[in-house]
Amino acid sequence: MNENRNVKIRVRHLSKVFGNHPKKALELRDKGMKRPEILEKTGQTLGLSHIDFDVYEGELLVIMGLSGSGKSTLIRCLNRLIEPSEGEIVIDGENIPELGDKALLECRRRHFSMVFQNFALFPHRTVQQNAEFGLEIRGVDKAERTETARNALKQVGLDGWEDAYPNQLSGGMQQRVGLARALANDASVLLMDEAFSALDPLIRGDMQQELLELQNRMQKTTVFITHDLDEALTIGDRIVLLKDGEIVQIGTPEEILTRPADDYVRRFIEGVDRSRILTAESAMRKVRSTVRDTDGPRTALRKMHEHSIDSIYVTRRDRTLVGLLEAESAEALIKQGKESIGEALTQDFRSVGPDEPMQNLFAMFSEKSFPIAVVDEQKRLLGVVVKGAVLAQLAQAAEGGNH
Amino acid sequence: MTFDIPRIPLGRWIEGGLDWLTTEYSMVTRGISRVTQTGIAWLNDLLMWLPEWALLAAIAALCWKLANIRLAIGAVAGLALIWNMGLWNPMIETLTLVVIATLVAVVIALPVGIAAALSERLYRSIMPVLDFMQTMPAFVYLIPAIPFFGIGSVSAIFATVIFSMPPAIRFTTLGIRQVPVELIEAADAYGATRSQKLFKVQLPLSLPTVMAGINQTIMLALSMVVIAAMIGADGLGSEVWRAIQRLRPGDGFEAGIAVVILAMLLDRLTQSLRKPRREKG
Repeated sequence: MNENRNVKIRVRHLSKVFGNHPKKALELRDKGMKRPEILEKTGQTLGLSHIDFDVYEGELLVIMGLSGSGKSTLIRCLNRLIEPSEGEIVIDGENIPELGDKALLECRRRHFSMVFQNFALFPHRTVQQNAEFGLEIRGVDKAERTETARNALKQVGLDGWEDAYPNQLSGGMQQRVGLARALANDASVLLMDEAFSALDPLIRGDMQQELLELQNRMQKTTVFITHDLDEALTIGDRIVLLKDGEIVQIGTPEEILTRPADDYVRRFIEGVDRSRILTAESAMRKVRSTVRDTDGPRTALRKMHEHSIDSIYVTRRDRTLVGLLEAESAEALIKQGKESIGEALTQDFRSVGPDEPMQNLFAMFSEKSFPIAVVDEQKRLLGVVVKGAVLAQLAQAAEGGNH
Repeated sequence: MTFDIPRIPLGRWIEGGLDWLTTEYSMVTRGISRVTQTGIAWLNDLLMWLPEWALLAAIAALCWKLANIRLAIGAVAGLALIWNMGLWNPMIETLTLVVIATLVAVVIALPVGIAAALSERLYRSIMPVLDFMQTMPAFVYLIPAIPFFGIGSVSAIFATVIFSMPPAIRFTTLGIRQVPVELIEAADAYGATRSQKLFKVQLPLSLPTVMAGINQTIMLALSMVVIAAMIGADGLGSEVWRAIQRLRPGDGFEAGIAVVILAMLLDRLTQSLRKPRREKG
């Protein structure tokens, strides 16, 4: 993973006390008291305490915690829907808690789009008008915002529904409108507050995949709140684990699964050990598309476009795997006017047998992000494993283990 | 055992205050009186200048467009009965008073209601005043109206506005406060200013409730302009009043029925405005 990424939002020392005399509560906190004692002594709730983390440009950061952990408070502190009691939140050099009313409005308009758990669509506005809301608030002229909102709706698969009202749509579709409203706004950060929690599991899985695809395409900095480990592991580039208003661990899904910071995290991911009986085959996906070794670079590139992937496995007619072709190599071949893809193939990918234990797959992902090829003894390509699938499988195993 | 506690001269104080108001502000009251008088006369003349059948057709068309054909038929039948009973002109006079009183009440009530919804302090100070305005027997408002504006329609409008305004204020406040928090949060999250929030989210969403309040205001206004016949307001009320004085129950009931018809018509018509347009068709 790229280490020197730009920091988009820097959060330092962020705390939130619910009550009228936050100073007092914070003093007690500094003396080492915890939430229950402070509540008993002052009647005030320490919602968040000493939160430090960075959000990198273009990453999907998941803030995960159970109810009462302060995750909703945290995301609302970022755009000051809730006033933080202390600390700094710096976005592009601006310290949000210090902004005046006007600057705050400006900052919200420029930097933050938000998607809500219960959609929070405006019932008196059509789908189109909902998607336009952020632009309308910013005073974008009618023609431009119609166009932008239409595109956003298309991106989330809602073209043709512009004139419907939210109450005519299913939950999943309503949340797509919520997402379109956020995308149309084109703010630099997308805040998603339990955005998929109100959806039924099937729709939820679809939405997660779509979000990942959108994220791949647009590289939008996203802060995603969830209480669901499965979801966090599936979509998060990194995860911030919150407990009782404090951060327990920050790390990639792999780090959290393999090196839990303490017993709390360990209990959380309990059952993941079952990964030993999970194999590559269980997380494997049938290859959506391959290229024959006799195909030309144009065919290969077209197939990659069709499936929005940036590398593709190349096989012989009997499906034995000969290599991997990256989109850039294919483009280079076309530029050079070459017709055969043979010489541009790379062997720089991992292939495993179908009964490879799942936990071994982690390590392989950390180097390169190509999907792992699953092959049989004759080196015939059976399928591929993508990172999200491994994590999802592990997470499901974890849930199964908690019963 | 009796205590000799001096009586608190509440009534005298109020009279003193009213006297002071009438003398100090006679310019203002006279001005209001003149403007209102002109408005009443103008609207009255307009409605009476129209031939009965034309107004009847116009009202029926309005009912059809805003509600349904049934209300239109009912309106035609009801108004035709009033016409037939020879109560057309008093009905127009009553309608004029109701329309003007309601307009004034709503123009005052909407901003006050909005302000009360947005400010907790104003809300808490205004609610007892509204309770007072609504529970004070309606007749009482008639008495100070006379020294302010003299006998007649303007006094009737004054008393009617005070009596009928509270529900419009209350419902406006209620409607705005009922807008779900998450929608307010969504508007805030996208950087809406207070007025953007008000005009794009809070007001449109509270519209059905506000309309319910206006409907109540119209009903109260109608009942009050009838009572206001006691201080010389024209219209169906004065027909009833005259029937009482002459002990002619038949005339009284006829005028009463005309009031009921007018009330039902206004009620159904404003209720049909409450339904958001998208639920139709």
